[in-house]
Amino acid sequence: MDTIITDNSLKGKMITLFGENLRSNFSSDSEHIRSIRLQAIERFRELGFPSPTEEKWRSTNLGKTLMLEYVQHFAPLEKDIDVRKVFQCEVFDLDTILVAQYNGWLVNKGETLTSLPNGTVIGSLADAMRQYPEIFEKHYGKYADMQHDGLNALNTAFAQDGLFIYVPEGVTVEKPVQIINLIDLKENFFVQPRNLIVLEKGASLRLVHCDHSLRHKESLINNVSEFYVGEGAYLDHYKIQNKDNSSTLITTTFFHQERESRVSTNTIVLHGGVVRNNISVKLAGEYAEADILGLYLVDREQHVDTHVHVDHAVPHCTSNEMFKGILDDQASGVFNGHILVRREAQKTLAYQNNRNLLLTDKARIHTKPHLEIYADDVKCSHGATVGQLDPEAMFYLRTRGIGEHAARMLLMYAFAAEVIGKISIQALRERIDELVAKRLRGELTICDQCVIDCREKRPVSFDIDLSKI
Amino acid sequence: MLFIKDLEVSIEGKKILKGLTLEVKPGEVHAIMGPNGTGKSTLANVIAGRDLYEIGGGKVSYKGKDLLELSVEERANEGIFLGFQYPVEIPGVSMTNFLRTAVNERRAYHGLDPMPAGEFLRMMEEKKQLVEIHSQLASRSVNEGFSGGEKKRNEIFQMAMLEPELAILDETDSGLDIDALKVVANGVNKLRRPDNAFIVITHYQRLLDYIIPDFVHVLFNGRIVRSGGKELALELEEKGYEWLKAQAPA
Repeated sequence: MDTIITDNSLKGKMITLFGENLRSNFSSDSEHIRSIRLQAIERFRELGFPSPTEEKWRSTNLGKTLMLEYVQHFAPLEKDIDVRKVFQCEVFDLDTILVAQYNGWLVNKGETLTSLPNGTVIGSLADAMRQYPEIFEKHYGKYADMQHDGLNALNTAFAQDGLFIYVPEGVTVEKPVQIINLIDLKENFFVQPRNLIVLEKGASLRLVHCDHSLRHKESLINNVSEFYVGEGAYLDHYKIQNKDNSSTLITTTFFHQERESRVSTNTIVLHGGVVRNNISVKLAGEYAEADILGLYLVDREQHVDTHVHVDHAVPHCTSNEMFKGILDDQASGVFNGHILVRREAQKTLAYQNNRNLLLTDKARIHTKPHLEIYADDVKCSHGATVGQLDPEAMFYLRTRGIGEHAARMLLMYAFAAEVIGKISIQALRERIDELVAKRLRGELTICDQCVIDCREKRPVSFDIDLSKI
Repeated sequence: MLFIKDLEVSIEGKKILKGLTLEVKPGEVHAIMGPNGTGKSTLANVIAGRDLYEIGGGKVSYKGKDLLELSVEERANEGIFLGFQYPVEIPGVSMTNFLRTAVNERRAYHGLDPMPAGEFLRMMEEKKQLVEIHSQLASRSVNEGFSGGEKKRNEIFQMAMLEPELAILDETDSGLDIDALKVVANGVNKLRRPDNAFIVITHYQRLLDYIIPDFVHVLFNGRIVRSGGKELALELEEKGYEWLKAQAPA
């Protein structure tokens, strides 16, 4: 009962906080944003935080997380932050456009909203809300379904900053954009980043989204992203999550796809306390295609929960889901893949595959394919496997002199390679490949990764070179 | 080199080998023939260290060591190689990665440093020639999508890379057409040396036209019932296994 009471109290606290902010930090909102906020808080009041009694949250209990006290910031901690003092760039080969979110606020070398010569705008959602109201009126809050999801409603009520990208019609953003989401606070922290990415007709974007934490404090992140992928547009999207054991990371990503658009999204969980990834794809225009891929590697007490929802709303669309997981020790996982093929969506091709390796008797995975098909001329398939390493392959490798440990490594790595091999940015693929190998060897610690090295209490530094993520 | 005495092996309570005795010396090629289900593959797997079997009695010594005490990888690193009847597909593990790991694990076992990458790649190129592998094998996953013939060639290729002292080829000829058979046999012949030995397990005599054995043994009902020179294979071919069944003790 404690859980529920605390949940209610956090819920109550959030509603009170909302009222206070409406008069202060949210007071400069446009009418449009304000009305969305008000709807959202009402919806949150009705829905509250998810509870394990809901089917979608049956295997992931946020009770413990919601019991904690968190600090929240509704304005950047240091308003005139000199980013260059916080971040030390060690760039020698600049081949990504790098932006960073620091404790929820977008920091980009002092310039929070950048326009490229081709008209692409990249930067802070907060700034973009003020500068591009017409884009927000058209897209913001349109794809994220808050009717059924209290966390999404809560994010929408409080959303202040996050990543905003606008790619105009026909424009290809040549370099991948990389956003690094850093949490670096001494207190327990609750942050709700909000991202909006709009690709107009025929636009093309590659986006790498990294989630990290710098200190081992309890953090709760409730992240919501909306992607609008216009007619014939192409989005290549990666989410790399490497969080510490005391973090709860909930990311909810909505992709809205127009006619003949293509999306490839790949979620790679290297480390995390409790990780919940909700991925929702709406195929709203004919001949749209989505590849929804993922890899999760968890051990000890870690928990990773993936919910994928693909909505085939119109005919002739293709979706292809492939999620693979390796679970060690007492780690637990959930995969829930819902494919909805509506009555009109004839000639749909929808595939779903979830494969899991359990390395111990105590590791657990709940995998649930859920196909809901109302059209009759479609091709849909799903498969889910839960297994151990193939003993035949183990024996084969050992007869070549490869010891048991190395043989296990090779096989685990091979299992993961199928997802890694689909990363189309070569430098990223190589780096992820290396990180996964390291992770499987047990050498990857939260302090030993990516761009960040906080061990020597140096200023946070990062490196723009993608091959050094 | 290998000395097997009165070996008894069963699987799930069923006796497969019922007192098998065999001695193999350096430089020799032994062929083991016999009908299906008589224990040929069991023998190969037990020597390699497969753990599916219960050893009921007898002993196996290899280079003076008790072979049955060694792990699978120790046996391999001591120079035993098993060419599989059904090579296993391992998606995601490239041939290069696989062989490099194997070569370096063996070197580590013998107290040597890893082989430099350049030297390793040269060695791979050289050994590929031996079994006439021309494809971009290196980047492919182990046995994945290989044809039956390619898989068997790949076994011989691995054998060439690992340079075993005792190689056991378990029905390497099965499923091969005559051209592939010649390539495989030719590979084996080129690897024959005075200090290594082969046990060639086969159902048919035809492989032995190309790999000339020093000894032929007929395995039947868990025992070696006949041993002889290469002419025994021809006799078997001519008279069939029924001939043996009539002679064998019940």
